[in-house]
Amino acid sequence: MALTKEQIAQRIAQELQDGYYVNLGIGIPTLVANYIPEGIEVVLQSENGLLGIGPFPYEGEEDADLINAGKQTVTTIKGSAFFDSAMSFGMIRAGKVHLTVLGAMEVSDNGDIASWKIPGKMVKGMGGAMDLVASAKNIIVAMQHTNKAGESKLLKKCTLPITGLACVRKIVTELGFFNITEQGFELVELAPGVTVEEVKSKTEGRLVIAPNLKVMQL
Amino acid sequence: MKKVYKNAQEAIADIESGTTLMLGGFGLCGLPENCIAALVQKGVNNLTCISNNAGVDDFGIGLMLQKRQVKKMIASYVGENAEFERQLLSGELEVELVPQGTLATRCMAAGYGIPAFFTPAGVGTEVAEGKEVREFDGKKYLMEHAFKADFAIVKAWKGDTHGNLIYKETARNFNPVMAMAGTITIAEVEELVPAGELNPDIIHTPGIYVHRIFQGTNYEKRIEQRTTRKRD
Repeated sequence: MALTKEQIAQRIAQELQDGYYVNLGIGIPTLVANYIPEGIEVVLQSENGLLGIGPFPYEGEEDADLINAGKQTVTTIKGSAFFDSAMSFGMIRAGKVHLTVLGAMEVSDNGDIASWKIPGKMVKGMGGAMDLVASAKNIIVAMQHTNKAGESKLLKKCTLPITGLACVRKIVTELGFFNITEQGFELVELAPGVTVEEVKSKTEGRLVIAPNLKVMQL
Repeated sequence: MKKVYKNAQEAIADIESGTTLMLGGFGLCGLPENCIAALVQKGVNNLTCISNNAGVDDFGIGLMLQKRQVKKMIASYVGENAEFERQLLSGELEVELVPQGTLATRCMAAGYGIPAFFTPAGVGTEVAEGKEVREFDGKKYLMEHAFKADFAIVKAWKGDTHGNLIYKETARNFNPVMAMAGTITIAEVEELVPAGELNPDIIHTPGIYVHRIFQGTNYEKRIEQRTTRKRD
């Protein structure tokens, strides 16, 4: 069985370590917050100026002045801090954020990412994505393996406008967990019930199978 | 020292068509609502607006787009606005998309008196076209310039008659860096107090950057994505 969006988030959450400052993008990455392993402390950074994103507020307690980068009403945790947008990206550029998780439209087998524009169709802007991918030490992409037309999103070369070059380190899709290596996408974990053949048939870029390939544990 | 204005109409009275404006806020959070309403009412047009987002169809800068007051928008993310997308695709509206951190830092640089800086954001992308690329310690960076804005219009939580400002929660966002960057900076605040009532230790924007200040009224503070959880 291919992973659900929640399971993709659950797998990524296993990469979190105690003391990490983490920026989660919109969509599947946001769900990672629901699966932070017990016993570790992780602080979520929101690029609109908050360290320490808490859960959604209780009904009736929404505060228009307190939102995350997806413009959703949120709360703070104990030990939160607010700051302005320049400082927010200052800490991102300076490499203080340990892990960035974001979505993508395409990723190439050398780690290029395209995520902000479909020429002639969709122009929403890059938001903070270009700043994040240019500076983050560890970038995990959470996305579906194929697009709505069934075409691979793991490519030899991105076809859409680039967000950043050679920056993605890891990808989790509904089919498995991949490292970006010099040999291309390295399949290191298969989603339960998914075959190597299925991954091969849905991956357009260079694909290598890790010698110690495992089935993903959730 | 005469910084206190009666209201938004008075504070923006000399903003003419063709002006470059910075407008604080992130999404619909921390927007200078009173000044936007006054600009719509005044009907100035051909504006260049520097703001992280373009509002939604009927709130924020979206209100100025509806009235075709904006000639050029400089922003990082402009989703959530159908009228914006229509004007953009039809060529009525000029748009410069800037990575969010670069946008913030171009404001900050203006307020710090730094004409340009190098950032890795956008290297190898469309954003890099026509820009100087320089390598530092083996990594490539783009040269980006400080913004120049005739007016910066910001929203703060509290302010005093000297123009010192304090923001609330994530409504801070772009407001402090834009406040530093305007040739003339106009601040609207929820509560205006006499000089001396704010603790100098917790001022976010020192009054030297603020030329005009007024207490706003009737803040709607619209929520873009109302997300909640149920009580257990």
